Amino acid sequence: MSMDAVFRALADTSRRQLLDRLRRKNGQTLGELCEGLAMSRQAVTKHLGILEGANLVATKKEGRTKLHFINPVPIHDIAERWIGRFERGRLDALWELKKQLEGTRR
Amino acid sequence: MNDSRFVYVIYILTTPQKLWEALTKPEFNRQYWFGFHQESGWQPGSPWKLVMPDGRVADAGEVVASDPPTRLVLKWRNEFRPELKAEGYTRCTFEIEPEGEMAKLTVTHEAENSHLLIERVSVGWPKILSSLKSLLETGRALPRTEDLPKGN
Repeated sequence: MSMDAVFRALADTSRRQLLDRLRRKNGQTLGELCEGLAMSRQAVTKHLGILEGANLVATKKEGRTKLHFINPVPIHDIAERWIGRFERGRLDALWELKKQLEGTRR
Repeated sequence: MNDSRFVYVIYILTTPQKLWEALTKPEFNRQYWFGFHQESGWQPGSPWKLVMPDGRVADAGEVVASDPPTRLVLKWRNEFRPELKAEGYTRCTFEIEPEGEMAKLTVTHEAENSHLLIERVSVGWPKILSSLKSLLETGRALPRTEDLPKGN
């Protein structure tokens, strides 16, 4: 739960990829999260364990299935600690500009 | 993104009993919930409302289940924005579990289908919960959650 655990968990492409998948569709099973990934089920399980240990992922049991949810609380705390005191509106404007110029989407 | 259910988890250095009080007592609510407070008898079937600092009702519904200090389920609908009110009721579940010296609070806010309110409050919940943690652990809420942010 420490901020160290959050950063360690985020410092891995595969784990960020799993968070991206949950951001697009929240509440997925292990099976759904594994679909189309080049990782083994065991590797995904391990990464999800690390994400859950850092409180970045929350799980809920629904009958016999376990659903995974992105937990925005630790990321909010990081944003507040380093970005909150800057003018968020101005940063958002820069982000929009970058997105338009590069023609990319998140 | 699937916006029909969000789950928020926070670990707070406190007891389940104190956390329950902070969740249900208006004088605590006002400190970490943008000045808002809740009014309810907190029994199953009791009406429930979330009141803005100026007295207007922001959201209302009823208590579906109440099992202090471990579980509280609310039927929840926005009352002051027509586009949100039209989306109907959502369900918000608070679960408190002891974890060593900490209390784990899980807030699940969900609706049957994709729901505007669930999406809108997803920015607010992390702020409220971080501030609640600060209040219980340090005696002070976070400054920005004492008042509603501009633009809301």
